[in-house]
Amino acid sequence: MNIDALSASIVDGLMIGFIYGLAAMGLTLIFGVMRVVNLAHGPVIAVGMFAVLLLAQNLGLNPYLGLVIVMLLGLATGIGMYFIAVHRVIDAPELTTLLATFSVNLMIIGIGTVLFSTSPRALDVSLGSVRTGAVTILGTKLVADLIAVIATVGLYYFLYRTRAGKSVRAVANNRAAAELMGINSTWILALSFGIGIALAMGSGSLLATLFSFTILSGTVYEVKSFVIVVLGGLGNPVGALLGGIVIGLLEGLATISPLPVGWVPVIEFGVFVIILLVRPTGLFGAR
Amino acid sequence: MSALRTPFFWGLLVLLGGVGLLPILNGSDSMREDIFLVLMLVILASSINIIMGYTGYVSFGHIVFFGLGGYVAFYLMLNHQVHFVPAAVVGGIVSSLIAFLLGIPVLRLRGAYFALATIGINEVVRSFVTNFDPFGGATGMFFNYEVYNGYGGSKNALWYAYYAILVVALLCAVSSLLIKKSRFGLGLLAIREDQDAAQVLGIDPARSKVLVYTISAFFPGLAGAIFFFKNGIIEPGPAFDLLRSIEALVMVMLGGYGTVAGPIVGAAVYEQLRAFLITNSTFSSFHLFVAGFLLLLIVLFVTAGLVGWLRQRAPRLRRYLE
Amino acid sequence: MILQVQNVSKRFGGLRALENISFEVREGEIFGVIGPNGAGKTTLFNVINGVYPPQEGQIFFRGQNITGLPPYRIARAGIARTHQIMRPLGELTVRENVTVGACFGRESLSLGAAATVADEVLTFVGLGGKAGVLASKLNAAEKKRLELARALAARPSLLLLDEVLAGLNPNEVADMLAAIRSIRDNGVTIVMIEHLMHAVMQLSDRVFVLDHGAQVSEGTPQVISVHPKVVEAYLGDPKLAQRLLEGLE
Repeated sequence: MNIDALSASIVDGLMIGFIYGLAAMGLTLIFGVMRVVNLAHGPVIAVGMFAVLLLAQNLGLNPYLGLVIVMLLGLATGIGMYFIAVHRVIDAPELTTLLATFSVNLMIIGIGTVLFSTSPRALDVSLGSVRTGAVTILGTKLVADLIAVIATVGLYYFLYRTRAGKSVRAVANNRAAAELMGINSTWILALSFGIGIALAMGSGSLLATLFSFTILSGTVYEVKSFVIVVLGGLGNPVGALLGGIVIGLLEGLATISPLPVGWVPVIEFGVFVIILLVRPTGLFGAR
Repeated sequence: MSALRTPFFWGLLVLLGGVGLLPILNGSDSMREDIFLVLMLVILASSINIIMGYTGYVSFGHIVFFGLGGYVAFYLMLNHQVHFVPAAVVGGIVSSLIAFLLGIPVLRLRGAYFALATIGINEVVRSFVTNFDPFGGATGMFFNYEVYNGYGGSKNALWYAYYAILVVALLCAVSSLLIKKSRFGLGLLAIREDQDAAQVLGIDPARSKVLVYTISAFFPGLAGAIFFFKNGIIEPGPAFDLLRSIEALVMVMLGGYGTVAGPIVGAAVYEQLRAFLITNSTFSSFHLFVAGFLLLLIVLFVTAGLVGWLRQRAPRLRRYLE
Repeated sequence: MILQVQNVSKRFGGLRALENISFEVREGEIFGVIGPNGAGKTTLFNVINGVYPPQEGQIFFRGQNITGLPPYRIARAGIARTHQIMRPLGELTVRENVTVGACFGRESLSLGAAATVADEVLTFVGLGGKAGVLASKLNAAEKKRLELARALAARPSLLLLDEVLAGLNPNEVADMLAAIRSIRDNGVTIVMIEHLMHAVMQLSDRVFVLDHGAQVSEGTPQVISVHPKVVEAYLGDPKLAQRLLEGLE
């Protein structure tokens, strides 16, 4: 096999894997804390894409500066979403929260289609590229990966080193006990939902710096996120990053393998179902 | 079988059958197409309700059985000149068989894990069929018009498809009632409420769940076969459209989870509403938004759905409204 | 012997919930199981009725080895139980709850026959008037009685009662005691976990004492209440034992 092609596809897969991982992190955080599978995850990623585009086009904001604003907006949006759509049914059976978040999905896609149509958009960013041997790395990808890693480390720091983060983990572990310890679980749940949405929108913004997109683009990443999240263990944010890297590598290697590209999703979803069956805590699940 | 002697059974038969007869009586093509769609949605929603409403297992990817039945039947009709009725029956049986085999491992999962697994299964099958050459791969398969000659031309074939969907819808609704009112159905309801307690009471959950999943896959298989026969073309996208699955879930919720009439009412109301929103000039571009908004209102405030709400409000109605 | 438990051990990770437990229950008796919180009483029931298979030891029901069978097989064989933490099937009516017990219990009745049994049993436990109510709407005492009714409807030959008296007021306790006696008089063997000492001592033919997963003692209430190890490990207060014995008349 051609070593150059191999290393190029490995590097490519690895780089996109970090961003997949970031996209999945919000989903897994929300599930881990409140056992809610957020079916509005894809549209939320798309909102992140359009938000950074609008900031750049209308205010001339640098996309990476825009990203910070988008994530803050995401935090607020997520907290709002929690109180509107999730809080009332937080203790209801899964179906209820699945449908509640799916209704948000429909609303976002509905409005988004009217506002932005479904024709592709692109963000114009270029940071040049780095070249070593046969491998060329786009500057935008490098920066996006760096941000994905910073976001993961930040989330980890937040969860394990800050008071609010420790409350989040306490609520995730046992909400009733956390409440007895004087933690206001409603606010912690809302905060966690907000962080989950902020991460999803942030990953959308980063994806927008790499690929063209439409309001429906989020769905692809939503489905990928499901696979990644299961791979990494539902509810495990660091596992999500690793799961993202695995999926990214798999896709990268598939481009040079003798297997036709069309079979990649068969394998991805096959792995997804099998892991759910034999190891529902994920490949990297600690529990 | 005492369920067959209740006023509800006869009411159900008369109402559903009566609506089904309307286009046959007045011979209207457009009415036939509208009611065909509603009946098909009734089948999808009722089947999902049989597994989800009675047993508590949220089968998000239930559309996979619709697509499988459609593909198997289409393949038989196209390549082996099988008549569409036996082809549809084979499609239904294959769907059930696959549900049986999948159900044994997958139904051990609970809650969100099961829901996610059914989405995964639908995606595996969809991407597999997209690459599967005997089924035409990504472009799918389509009929030449000659296929319809065996049914007296394409116009007649549309009527055959209509009769078939009407019969399947009635079968599905009656099965749903019989299951709910049977000893088996009571066991399912017990599993839905508390699987561990049900097991201590003598119910074998694994066996019951696999059996009901197998049954619930049969009707969508038939519906898929009939739908794509009528369509004349089958492609992976429309056959395994997750959104349609989710819409059927919404219909179940709208009408009333775990009731027999709920999915039927839900399918009819949802389809009317969607048709209204799409054709209404003010709402047409916002129809998805409005649909989402309504869904949210139902989920948050009328969790029992229309039929469930009526049953709660007027307990005396319970004898007449299952 | 209706039930034989032989050298049963059950561990959860490093925790020894049950350690080498052996006892026998005779046909037609009321067998009390006592012990402080965390002694492993409920675990014992879970092991007997198949919720957890034991790591060691064997359990025989009417001479048949039932070790490791799933709970539904054990239920059909004729062992029914109630739960300490009540588990009503909330969205089903009280009658439906009890019908489930009758349908899938020892006699595997048809739906019609099961409904008749359900109504009889509901009248027996005094829930006849609540048959059409959703189980989730019952109060705690009524839920206790529902648990009992559901187990009885299975027409078991052996009934495992897990703290059916807890949380009941004195009148309700008296009613329940009468009910339990009458169940036994109808030929059902009863194993009961109970915290209310005077009730166990009054009702039981023999008493079995567990502490920290280990077998402390076994015998008639008279023997148990003066057994030094029981007095020390469980009753604590020798005078209490005296009072309990007086309660026995």
